[in-house]
Amino acid sequence: MTTAEERTIASPPVNPENERYFQAAKEGVLLVGKCNDCSEYHFYPRLICPHCNSDRTDWVPAKGTGVIYSYSTMRRGVRVPYTIAYVTLDEGVSMMTNIIDCDPDSLKIGDKVKLVFKSAEDGTAIPMFTPAKG
Amino acid sequence: MTIKGKAYIVGAYEHPTRKAPDKSVAQLHAESARGAILDAGLSKEDIDGYFCSSDAPGLGPLSMIDYMGLKVRHMDSTETGGSSYVVHVAHAAQAIALGKCNVALVTLAGRPRSEGSSGTQARNYGAGAPDVVFEFPYGMATANGYAMVARRHMHEFGTTSEQLAWIKVAASHHAQYNEHAMLRNVVTVEDVITSPMISDPLHRLDCCVVSDGGGAVIVAKPEIAKQLNRPLVKILGAGEAPKDQNGGKIDLTTCAAALSGTAAFAEAGVKPADIQYVSIYDSFTITVLMQLEDLGFCKKGEGGKFVADGNLISGSGKLPFNTDGGGLCNNHPANRGGMTKVIEAVRQLRGEAHPKVQVPNCALALAQGMGGNLGSRHGSATLIMERE
Repeated sequence: MTTAEERTIASPPVNPENERYFQAAKEGVLLVGKCNDCSEYHFYPRLICPHCNSDRTDWVPAKGTGVIYSYSTMRRGVRVPYTIAYVTLDEGVSMMTNIIDCDPDSLKIGDKVKLVFKSAEDGTAIPMFTPAKG
Repeated sequence: MTIKGKAYIVGAYEHPTRKAPDKSVAQLHAESARGAILDAGLSKEDIDGYFCSSDAPGLGPLSMIDYMGLKVRHMDSTETGGSSYVVHVAHAAQAIALGKCNVALVTLAGRPRSEGSSGTQARNYGAGAPDVVFEFPYGMATANGYAMVARRHMHEFGTTSEQLAWIKVAASHHAQYNEHAMLRNVVTVEDVITSPMISDPLHRLDCCVVSDGGGAVIVAKPEIAKQLNRPLVKILGAGEAPKDQNGGKIDLTTCAAALSGTAAFAEAGVKPADIQYVSIYDSFTITVLMQLEDLGFCKKGEGGKFVADGNLISGSGKLPFNTDGGGLCNNHPANRGGMTKVIEAVRQLRGEAHPKVQVPNCALALAQGMGGNLGSRHGSATLIMERE
């Protein structure tokens, strides 16, 4: 659903640990955490693996496709309605996001979605998702 | 080491205000504390332990102990969101069992109504929160987090908006008798599902009230409790547990009440079927349904059927809940409902609930708190109490 008015996206207070996540986003890449010891992916990415406590983690590019785990459209008390969601990435981890450029009433749990980016107020690229065709 | 039988709740007070633009938050804490001290028949000098959470202004316990003029030898400012005060009662019982204090005061207060707080505002717990950059830009508020839990529950188990609405209907049946309740009108399932959609599938009447106010409870060792001229409310068991995004392996279908409940029932030596009254944290209707399932009052996925047809209404339903009207209709001071959950359970065990909602011979009650957001990270606390 395209609205005349666009939602203002709050800028993330980036810190030294997560700076490169947003650097990658600026280049059109979504990073997820991956551990070289336990081989598990994690999200949100961090430097110490939340599964096994290893410090041998990498932040690796995600394919950028996934399915909707759950979602909700905020309709009241906000200037522009928007849809928050958890998307389960093909890598197996789920991330909080927005589903954009769609009619929220047409969404269903399990729908395939693909990665897009939107700019926050300060220009930071924020990973979001939109329904994937087919 | 167990807290079973080691401590009693001897004082309980719910501040009558629901809107306090002319009071300070510290004042609301102190007025609530004073109410609980008078209710117990104690004096301020008897208090030697103090518990509060981040709603206490300034430097938490240090500011409040100074402001109220307390002289304590034990303090604790555990923060688990709205469940904090249920945790505090358990921690107070632990401290008493260890001899760290004899009489513990727990306070809560806040003015979210006067300050314009809303569950539709994106929550930001500070730039240093490790999750903030991955959530705040997406507009993660309170309502839409719980709404995602409701949506997933509907998807997995076929739960309906009508079933969730029954939780509000039951709360409203109770609130009509509470002169202090913010919403005293009895509502129907139809009223709930035709109220404006806030964050789908949650309607306005699926959400709790936003109220100013406060509350306090006092926990004391058995020797002191038995000298007071009040009905004896003994602590039998407690549990606390967190649940979160688990490094991205997200599951919104169960909550941490499964863990805190198991621990509390084990310590108390009772089972869900024994419980005569429950206070269940009710930030939203879905919050109640999730906790009832995870505490074992019904099977996972069957909460919708369990709450339908008035099963939570005192006098007619099998499991009377939130007989003060709960957060859904009565009061949710500081956007934190754990304190009022404990207070109404104490009223029930003392036989001091409103006669229209009093559970006859109520001897075993459970108070369940939930803090944070079921849609991201939350802290559950379960407390089981008995009238002696």
